[in-house]
Amino acid sequence: MARAAARSTGRLAWPITAIAVVALAVLVLPLVALVVRAPWADLPELLGSSAVLEALVLSFTTAITATAVCLVLGIPLAALIAHAESWPTLPRRLLRAAVTVPLVLPPVVGGIALLMLLGRRGLIGQWLDETFGLTIPFTTGAVVIAQIFVALPFLVFAVEGALRSSDRRTELAAATLGASRWQVFRHVTLPLVAPGVAAGAVLCFTRALGEFGATITFAGSLPGTTRTLPIASYLAMQTDPDEAVALALLLLAVSVIVLLTLRDRWLPGSTA
Amino acid sequence: MTRSPRTTLRTATGLAAAALVALALAGCVTSGDEPAETSAPPTETTATLEAADVTVLAAASLTEAFDDLAAQFEEANPDVTITVSYGGSGALATQIIEGAPADVFASAAEPPMQQVVDAGLATGPVVFATNTLELVVPAGNPAGVTGLDDLANPDLRIALCDESVPCGAASAKLLANEGITAAPDTLESDVKAVLTKVSLGEVDAALVYRTDVKAAGDDVEGIEVPAAADVVNRYPIAAITDPSSDADEAQVAAAAAFVEFVTGDAGRKTLDTYGFGTP
Repeated sequence: MARAAARSTGRLAWPITAIAVVALAVLVLPLVALVVRAPWADLPELLGSSAVLEALVLSFTTAITATAVCLVLGIPLAALIAHAESWPTLPRRLLRAAVTVPLVLPPVVGGIALLMLLGRRGLIGQWLDETFGLTIPFTTGAVVIAQIFVALPFLVFAVEGALRSSDRRTELAAATLGASRWQVFRHVTLPLVAPGVAAGAVLCFTRALGEFGATITFAGSLPGTTRTLPIASYLAMQTDPDEAVALALLLLAVSVIVLLTLRDRWLPGSTA
Repeated sequence: MTRSPRTTLRTATGLAAAALVALALAGCVTSGDEPAETSAPPTETTATLEAADVTVLAAASLTEAFDDLAAQFEEANPDVTITVSYGGSGALATQIIEGAPADVFASAAEPPMQQVVDAGLATGPVVFATNTLELVVPAGNPAGVTGLDDLANPDLRIALCDESVPCGAASAKLLANEGITAAPDTLESDVKAVLTKVSLGEVDAALVYRTDVKAAGDDVEGIEVPAAADVVNRYPIAAITDPSSDADEAQVAAAAAFVEFVTGDAGRKTLDTYGFGTP
């Protein structure tokens, strides 16, 4: 009896497995095709061109900057959300929704929204332009802002998950021993959730690296200034599909390597 | 910008699951088989086409003109549905070569069409319109732009098309002819994206087709550039003849009829109103 029970819980019904395999294929096959179609022989030459290197350097610098900013902004926001557990339902849900929206929003919409806020005729942008002569679109800073907008939720939710699952008793102990709230946060809470923070940063970086829609809408596309790898890949599709595939492959490789280094529990979906 | 998963799948047929996916996706993607005509018996006018869905891929600069032409064609042929997908001509050519479903291709320049012809997917493209560039500024011309020379001013915000798309290639040629080294702040992937940045006031000046200036209405102002007359973009159109396509006869006939319509008198008239030149 016990054995039969173990068997039936250990295995899935075959239709479920079959459908799951189809689902997996939907996700993986396009990437397989990319790898199969990649111009392997010409790859070193394609990826070594100065235009690609320029986009690569720009992508990495902006994504690292965006991740750093996300760390500074995101950890306190994650702490606030974790703290909001004791809030009334509506404000708690609104807070969570506000952080989740950029995750589900088409990035192009994010780009339009950023333009409406920070563009030369935008809500804040107009004032920045008139007062300081500062225009944000078409600058490398705009790329970073677009990346922060789309990547910040990844960091926030990873850190929030870590905060929730961490053992709060140490914090209590520290507090009863006379540590201030700030001291508790710095010396107890942060080290406790450090793996979650690291995982969140890695996810955040990967998302920033892949950012396309918000960037092209808000920051534009100028080689060396705003043309990141995804945009270079999109433009290459107009004239040289081989180069586009090579660039896409590069982005895929970076993402996969980064994700493989993450432990299962920190992947999105397993923390929420 | 629809992309067919057909090619992607073709390369991966070795994998067992591919067949299943193909079956699942086929339901969502292909729409070649239309329900047979039930009510209307064949009318006397032989011009009426059978029910068909025609997919047209057209250059972004054709947006307004082709929306209009498609509507006119549908009105004359009630059983035909024309779906137009707009984008950069080069990207559209790549999509067609990669197997995107397309019955007609209208390009903003000859090289992308040539790629499609070379791939054996179209024959005998016909040039049906011409276009030239014009300087465009936001309404009121806040930066006081006067001519092509202003595009070289690094203090101004300038948008141009990327050289990989026809309007960018034409812009580069025009600027080279005039000996101007432009200082662009962004190189966009199609002409409509450039125009948007102008109408939003995000850039001070840009080069777009004169038809786009016309289409944008009061949001922008055009500044004629005499030298632009030397750089003429020729727009070819052709029906796509993909031997591996699942298009039925009605669809092929409707696609050919649409090409004929665009290149014919009615099409010429409509294109005129949108500012396109006669080839």
